[in-house]
Amino acid sequence: MKPARFDYVAPRTLDEVLARLAEFGDDAKLLAGGQSLVPAMNMRLARPKVLIDLGRVPDVDDIRADNGTLVLGALVRQRAAERSELVHRETPLLAQALPFIGHPTIRNRGTVGGSLAHADPAAELPAVVAALDGDLVVASAKGRRVVKPSAFFASYLTTTLEPHEMLLEVRLPRATATSRFAFVEFSRRHGDFALVGVAVALDVDATNVCRAARVALVGVGPGPVHATQAERSLAGRAVSDPVIREAAESASKEIDPQTDIHATSHYRRRLAAALVEDAVRQALGGKH
Amino acid sequence: MADEIAIRITVNGTVHERKVEPRLLLADFLRHELGLTGTHLGCEHGVCGACTVLVDGASARSCLLFAAQVDGARITTVEGLARGGAPQPIHDAFHEHHALQCGYCTPGFLVAVHELLADNPEPTEAEVRDALSGNLCRCTGYVNILAAVLDAASRLRASGQRPALR
Repeated sequence: MKPARFDYVAPRTLDEVLARLAEFGDDAKLLAGGQSLVPAMNMRLARPKVLIDLGRVPDVDDIRADNGTLVLGALVRQRAAERSELVHRETPLLAQALPFIGHPTIRNRGTVGGSLAHADPAAELPAVVAALDGDLVVASAKGRRVVKPSAFFASYLTTTLEPHEMLLEVRLPRATATSRFAFVEFSRRHGDFALVGVAVALDVDATNVCRAARVALVGVGPGPVHATQAERSLAGRAVSDPVIREAAESASKEIDPQTDIHATSHYRRRLAAALVEDAVRQALGGKH
Repeated sequence: MADEIAIRITVNGTVHERKVEPRLLLADFLRHELGLTGTHLGCEHGVCGACTVLVDGASARSCLLFAAQVDGARITTVEGLARGGAPQPIHDAFHEHHALQCGYCTPGFLVAVHELLADNPEPTEAEVRDALSGNLCRCTGYVNILAAVLDAASRLRASGQRPALR
């Protein structure tokens, strides 16, 4: 299993990356951490004519707080984000999700932007960005545009990125005193792709009323799936056991998971209900 | 198309300069260009961990890296973990705890354990399991590997050593 031949370029500036993308378009693939692309190339499921290595581009691997958002450059290594105090303080949901990605050695190389642009339907980070309703900043030689997760993840392994575009950074809202988060998932072995994963972001006031709720699932559809019925079950209500169970049942009913060799559709629905319940309880600090 | 690329890589303290095809994987560069056959290739798609090496001190799958990508980097392979050909405390612990049988996965485990203990001299059992979760072994059942790592950690602490890397 060796990759097919390709041309390799390693630009030293972002402008050069974007110029190369404009030049090669569909023939080119961007190489970030390579933890998904290179296996696909080794198995010849991917045969790009040109590989544009992002590894030598400066200033695309910063983590910085900017007013109300935490900004992560696309080339931030997952391991660096996992170890970042800023990430733990400002975006606890991301901090909770990162250790579920592969294994430490994979996270040493794998990048935040690479995982988002790869858009595996069972990957953790798309659910995090969907639950936080972050902004995805996309760059091309023509300029920048900001895309919401609902308009970014299109289908299985497919985003709305054009061939001449790259994901430049992701901006996530910083946690406030009333935000509550949890990321939970179930996989057969730690590090495997999740059968189902759930990201929950709640805003809960001092009287235990949930002012806003966002619930995103992975492993149950072509991309991160928003459980809008579950969100409606929680939003505006005092959080109690029956409310949590109602949200969990809503989530399991509104999703449409596929049966595959790993799990049946029915099993994934039951798992989704159990995990939404776990996630909401965990987000509330185990008080319910 | 696919012009060869000049690279300069430091492997176990020795600088190597070569011209490589872009598609040459780091694992194949180490094995075939440099003759460092301690790095084993199992699955060639990032699952088994046998090909794990250190790139600038951080573990990486050498089957998921192109040699051209690590131009200028410092690589440590399993050969670089010994001192003048002599086994070190982690090797001794693997030997004494029967933490290997066929040995195919062992280079990857040794590299991953060196990274873990260089970073965290007193890991809990759970931390060892997490650090080694990306390395597959079909002989030992892992229990002996776990025992070896915990014993190696205590030996290193007792002697005031950190796993040294070249």
